[in-house]
This record gives sequence, C-alpha cells and structure tokens, in this order.
Amino acid sequence: MLNNITLGQFFPGESFIHRLDPRTKILLTIAFLVCVFISRGFLGFGLIVAFIYMCAKVARIQLKFIFRGLKPIAVIVIITFLLNLFMSAGKDVLWKWGILSISVQGIKNAVFMALRLILLVTGTQLLTLTTSPIRLTDGLESLFLPFSKIGFPAHELAMMMSIALRFIPTLIEETQKITRAQKARGADFESGSLIKRAKALLPLLVPLFVSAFRRADELAMAMEARCYRGGKGRTKMRPLRYGRKDLYALCCVILLAGLILVTNASGIGVI
Amino acid sequence: MQDNSVDIKLTDVSFKYDGAEKPALQSIDLCIGKGEMLAVLGRNGSGKSTLGKLLNGLFIPVSGSVCVFGREIKNEDDAYAARRHCGMVFQDPDNQMVATIVEEDVAFGCENLGLPSEEIQQRVSKALDTVGMSAYSKSAPHMLSGGQKQRVAIAGVIAMRPDIIVFDESTSMLDPSGREDIFELALRLNDEGVTVVWITHFMEEAARCQRLVVIDEGRIVLDDTPRKVFADVKHVKDLGLEVPDMTYLAWELNNSGIDISTDILTMEEMEAKLWGLMSGI
Repeated sequence: MLNNITLGQFFPGESFIHRLDPRTKILLTIAFLVCVFISRGFLGFGLIVAFIYMCAKVARIQLKFIFRGLKPIAVIVIITFLLNLFMSAGKDVLWKWGILSISVQGIKNAVFMALRLILLVTGTQLLTLTTSPIRLTDGLESLFLPFSKIGFPAHELAMMMSIALRFIPTLIEETQKITRAQKARGADFESGSLIKRAKALLPLLVPLFVSAFRRADELAMAMEARCYRGGKGRTKMRPLRYGRKDLYALCCVILLAGLILVTNASGIGVI
Repeated sequence: MQDNSVDIKLTDVSFKYDGAEKPALQSIDLCIGKGEMLAVLGRNGSGKSTLGKLLNGLFIPVSGSVCVFGREIKNEDDAYAARRHCGMVFQDPDNQMVATIVEEDVAFGCENLGLPSEEIQQRVSKALDTVGMSAYSKSAPHMLSGGQKQRVAIAGVIAMRPDIIVFDESTSMLDPSGREDIFELALRLNDEGVTVVWITHFMEEAARCQRLVVIDEGRIVLDDTPRKVFADVKHVKDLGLEVPDMTYLAWELNNSGIDISTDILTMEEMEAKLWGLMSGI
C-alpha cells in the first residue's frame, strides 16, 4: 500500500550534507550550476565530476540513485549532442553530407554540451536527494521572504506547497477508495480505446474533486480556528539557523569555483 | 462588569447561512460557565455544529451577541481574540492537519500566535505528552490511525493553552475504542480546569457530561443535567433522538407496570435498582 510512500525523491539520512541548512544547499546548488557553465576544459569538468562523487560519498547516496534521475532527460541529452555534433561550424571538417558536417570543434562542442546537461541534473539531484521537501520549502520561503516587501507571496507559496505535500497521500488513498467503489458498481477503467478509458475516468475524477474542495473548505476553517492569519507575526518552532558546517560547505564550493577558474586560465585541456 | 464564572455568553443569537431560507439557529440564550463539561446534542441538521462555530467566531451571528470572556464578537479582530481562548477540534481528523510532520502540526497554532521558538518547543512536547503521542512526534500524519490523528489535533489545540475547547463531533469518524480514548481525554482536560463543549450525537457520551443542551431545528429545547433530560424518554424520542440503552430499558419496564424510575443512565445503576426491587419482593 501507500503507507510507506516517500514524497519526492528525498533519501533520508543524517550526513553532513543532510544536516546543512536548506538555504545553504539551495544557494550552493546555484553556485554549482554557475561553475558548470563557466568551466571550459576537461580539467574543469573532471573537478566537477570529482566534486559530485565526493558529495555523494559524504551523503552516503548510492550513485545509481543519482543516475536514475538522468533517465527522463536522456532524450534531451541525445538531441543536444546530435545537434551540436552536426550543426557546429568548424574549420577542420572531417565529414560532410549536404548541410550536415562533422568537425573537430563540433565533436568537442557536442561532448561538452551533453556533459554540461548531465552535470546540471546530477548537481540538482544532490539537492533534492538530501533535502526533505518540507525543509526545501522552508528554505525557499526564507530565501524569498525579502521579496515579499515588493508583493511576492513567499509565505503563501510555501504554505501551499506544504499543504499540497500533506494532502498527496490522503488524496491517493481517496482515489484508491473511489476506484474500488466504482469498480464494485461495474466501472471499467482498464479496457477499451484511449478515449473510452479517458471517459471512464470521469466517474473517478468528479467525486475526487468534490471531496478535495470539501477538504479544502474544512481545512481553511480548521486553520482559522487555530488563529491562522497569514504569514504576518508568525514564528517558527525550529527557525533556520546557519551553522559552522554551512561555512565549511561554502568554502568547499568556493574552492571548486577557484580551481575551475585557474584551470580555465591555465589553458590546459581547454577547448 | 464581566462575570468571572462565565466563559461564553450567548444572548438572543440567530444565525442564517447565505442563501438559506430558514435560519440555522434562532434566539439562542446560553451561558457556558468556567470549568463546565457541557454536551450539545441534536440530530443531523439541528444546528449544533453551527452553534459550535459561533463560539469561536468562525461564524458571526446575524443578530444577538456572542461574548467570549466578556468581549463581544463583532468583527475579525474580536474573533481572533476569541479563538485564543476557545480552541476547536473538528470532526474529520484528516482535514484539520496542516503539516507533514506530527510535531510541526502541533506547533502550527503556537506559531500563529507568534510565540518564541523555545516556548513553542516546550509546549509542543508537553502537549504531545498529555495526549500520549510523544513517540510519534516525527511521524507523518497519514501513517496514524484516526484516533491517533484526533489526539494530535487535540495536542495542537492544547498547546495554545485555551480556556475552552469545543469538540465538534470529534469522535463520529472513529472506531469505538478510539472514540472512548478521545472522550476520556476530554474528561481529563476538563478535570484539569478546561471548559469543554462536547458536540455529539452519541447519547452515551452526552450522558457522561455534567450538563446537556438539546438542540432541535435551531432552538435549544432542553437544558439540564443528562439524568433529568433523558428521564423524559418520550420527549427525547419525539425530538428524534435516542436515549441511553438502560434509560430506555427502565422506561419500557415502567410501561409494562414495573415500578422503576427512568432516571437511570448506566448498567451499574440499573443493576442496583433491579437488585433493590428483587429484595423488596
């Protein structure tokens, strides 16, 4: 059953990376993405790969979990690779057929673009694998809070996220219940053409929506009854606090960025 | 000016839902005293839940006045003040939990009050302890049973340290053992000095409260101790309500010519009365 459903792809743990402040992790992930983009040589990419490997080791996350996240973008990576391979204009052309040509420059571009995409995804994977959705939401709320002065609804978005996370299992359970109830009344969800099956979902969706609206209504009332008046004047049971470990993490990423800049400047392995 | 022995005072209160023809409640006069354990009983659609929602300003009356701790509820600010005094536990345990972790959910109310973090942590662990859910503080709500969820909801309310707690049919979606758990928790809170308003349609629960208010078609029709209310079996039945099994048995015995009073609520009382009759023969 869904009793042990894990939300998102969070992989629980108590490692150094798990315990970092979510804000640190979000900001450092962005810094990491910048590193991926500024890197211009094999040496730089080698450093980034080594960095990811090290993080995965520290967080005790098996590499297969990280690679699993690459599946959905495999097609994009392949298309990017092929486009760069055939469409890049280079001087030393190796092969030519109509408008398609392969040059040394093209091969290099293709490899680097594909590598960049893969590294971008694996880097963000590390964030979502080591941060629970609720911590992630807290972190985002806190980071966006300064923007609420100019009307950005930081608290409201975070609240919506957390309520959505809270109700996903409840609604899944409800869907199963309605499915069974409709099946008991002779509904057929599995056979027939695609259109027929889509139509068969209607008796499932209508009660589900009705119940979701009823739940939303009751929840709003329950929240009001517990003195909820929006984000103003609210405090937190466990406020986010930067610690020493956040500083260490920051140093690691600064070191990575520095090394990449050095390799870029040195010109070794740069394309 | 304020009477300290009265927590909530309703004077000639009427309430109508938007678009409804008939008012849900009409000219309600009710005083809820400090430390009372008051049951509100009525059949479906009688207006008992509406009454509950008037007590903490979720609804604002069309006419008449609701005073909570001496302050009349006229607008949202009054309602907010009332809610600090008067917590509420709802019917569906699923639809009143906000957070994905039990302790976060218990903290929700305190966070809304803007309390300092350390105090929230203290209150939350104490509240979870009171309801016996400390072992589940890090669990996800959907892993809990209905009774456990309801206990977490109660913890969320008592962490706010209210003077009054309204239970709006809080046991109607639970199995019998969960129902008993929750009711006993309410009795215990009442012992500790919290005023309890117990809205229900279960006779057995109502019979165990100090005072019983019966609502029918938006009006208070009976207001007395449960013993006195149920003793008039015919009247209660005419209102579409059941009486406790033993009261009903006594009434039936009475009808068949056995001299036994109908103010009996429990099995033990019945036993004692019957033994008394036996020894009289």
